[in-house]
Amino acid sequence: MTTISLPRTAVPRPRLALGTEEATFIARSLIHTIRTPDALIMAVALPVMLMLMFTFIFGGAIESDGSYVNYVVPGIILLCAGFGAASTAVDVARDLETGIMDRFRTMRIRSWAVLTGHVVSSLVRNLVATGVVIGVAVAVGFRPVGNPAEWIAAIALIGLYILAITYLYAAIGLAAGSSEAANGYGFILMFAPYLSSAFVPVDTMPTWLQWIAQNQPITPIIETIRGLLMHTPLGNEPALALGWCALILVIAVVWGAIMFRRKAGRR
Amino acid sequence: MANAIDVRGLRKSFGGTEVLAGIDLVVESGSIVALLGPNGAGKTTLINILSTLVKPDGGTAKVAGFDVLRDPESVRGVIGLTGQSAAVDEVLTGDENLRMMGRLFGLDRGEAAARSRDLLAQFGLGDSARKRVKAYSGGMRRRLDLAISFIVTPPVLFLDEPTTGLDPRSRLELWDGIRTLGASGTTVLLTTQYLDEADQLADRIVLIGGGRVVVEGTPAELKATTGGEVVELRGASDELIREIPTDGTVSGLRRAIDELDASEAEGTITIRKPSLDDVFMSVTAEARELIDTKG
Ligand SMILES: Nc1ncnc2c1ncn2[C@@H]1O[C@H](COP(=O)(O)OP(=O)(O)OP(=O)(O)O)[C@@H](O)[C@H]1O
Ligand SMILES: [Mg+2]
Repeated sequence: MTTISLPRTAVPRPRLALGTEEATFIARSLIHTIRTPDALIMAVALPVMLMLMFTFIFGGAIESDGSYVNYVVPGIILLCAGFGAASTAVDVARDLETGIMDRFRTMRIRSWAVLTGHVVSSLVRNLVATGVVIGVAVAVGFRPVGNPAEWIAAIALIGLYILAITYLYAAIGLAAGSSEAANGYGFILMFAPYLSSAFVPVDTMPTWLQWIAQNQPITPIIETIRGLLMHTPLGNEPALALGWCALILVIAVVWGAIMFRRKAGRR
Repeated sequence: MANAIDVRGLRKSFGGTEVLAGIDLVVESGSIVALLGPNGAGKTTLINILSTLVKPDGGTAKVAGFDVLRDPESVRGVIGLTGQSAAVDEVLTGDENLRMMGRLFGLDRGEAAARSRDLLAQFGLGDSARKRVKAYSGGMRRRLDLAISFIVTPPVLFLDEPTTGLDPRSRLELWDGIRTLGASGTTVLLTTQYLDEADQLADRIVLIGGGRVVVEGTPAELKATTGGEVVELRGASDELIREIPTDGTVSGLRRAIDELDASEAEGTITIRKPSLDDVFMSVTAEARELIDTKG
């Protein structure tokens, strides 16, 4: 081998310019997303299948005039985001498993930025999937009535929700320690939308379930999206929705930071 | 910067088992030091502490003058590491791995791309540059992992069993690379299970066992500690039947030969200089006895 001819310093290498780590890790995670299309396909295919099932199989029984699609689409969108975000837990756990996280930790970088890379690429992936789901929904009879401003607000809320639960999944990935375990824990969270107003109105549920469905974060988020796109009454749902998203985000970031320090430095 | 590595009374336990029980180690700048010891002796643990991955329980460790506990940031700014198990991104190609790491080492896009091209050629990965690492063989992965440590020339480089899994040619090339680095002033601390490697490459050898440094010195000094020549008895097809270490004196040699004679085995006798294997065997045997009598 030949001599390495880069300048060598006896003093520590300087810190990287602001944003370099983030940009590098976001690029890395986006390449991962493109190269492992199964995550993206799952994030789109499963919700689309569910939507077709709900509108064509259950839809007739629930509302025989075919308007069920207008009711169910906001729930399907959140379900879709849940599927897509869940793979973040596996991605993060895999970085711990393969030892590449350890290598990052011996370098003079903010290795925490690895998580930012995963979260941002998940956000991009899920917004794309959301777009596809809305497209299919329109094709099967979804007729939203929202104006552009309402659309923007709805998409911003969906983005915020994706961000919050992706961070939550990233923390789960750190806590799980292995990609198999991360996959399992992630699965549990994906059932949350079923216990909300996503698929059936809450007042059709047994009383004890009503209490859960009324007071869990998914319901106000869905009601807000419904209000914006379908002009159902909004009430105080938007405030609750934003509050829940912010709360989940803060908990996830704090928990993630604690887990990162513990897991990445587990020895 | 006097000493590149300065370790005093370093201790580390994992769940009640003491792995490092007071390691003292000083490595001069610009030297190549081989860390030897049986499996589980704590070589990787020591390297992990020095590279800020693991926190010690006691003692002090400084790298290029920076304390690993008080100033890990600066330590990370002066080291390079290739660990015992590969730490590369399997989804990316070899080229993408090197460019990503180059960026994280502070090179700009152009520099990182150029550096990647050079290193892929140097490490014999030019043809696989655009293949995903998932499709690499074990040895290719190892070479990529090593190439990452050579992106920038750090003042202190840690290599944990760098040549494990490499073919003989790659091993020789890596030795050259390490020597070149050493000559340019980089301090290299490497672990190995191959004693000939330590013998060829290292300025000094440190043998650890029982959580402590057992012996330390230049390869020649270590060989001298086992005493003198070794008498070997070999059979008709040159297979080794017995070997007896001697103290190097004429009467010692005669005693050894008499002993072989008394064993009535047929064969030829050869006398050879002691090797590092002999040092390793005798020293680790001593260490084991010491532990046995302690426990
Ligand atoms: N994270 C950990 N948790 C518990 N025990 C550990 C951990 N890491 C290492 N050990 C233990 O510490 C001891 C030393 O391990 P280490 O990997 O440092 O040995 P080594 O000298 O590098 O061995 P080898 O030659 O096999 O690579 C072993 O008994 C190992 O089981
Ligand atoms: Mg080891």
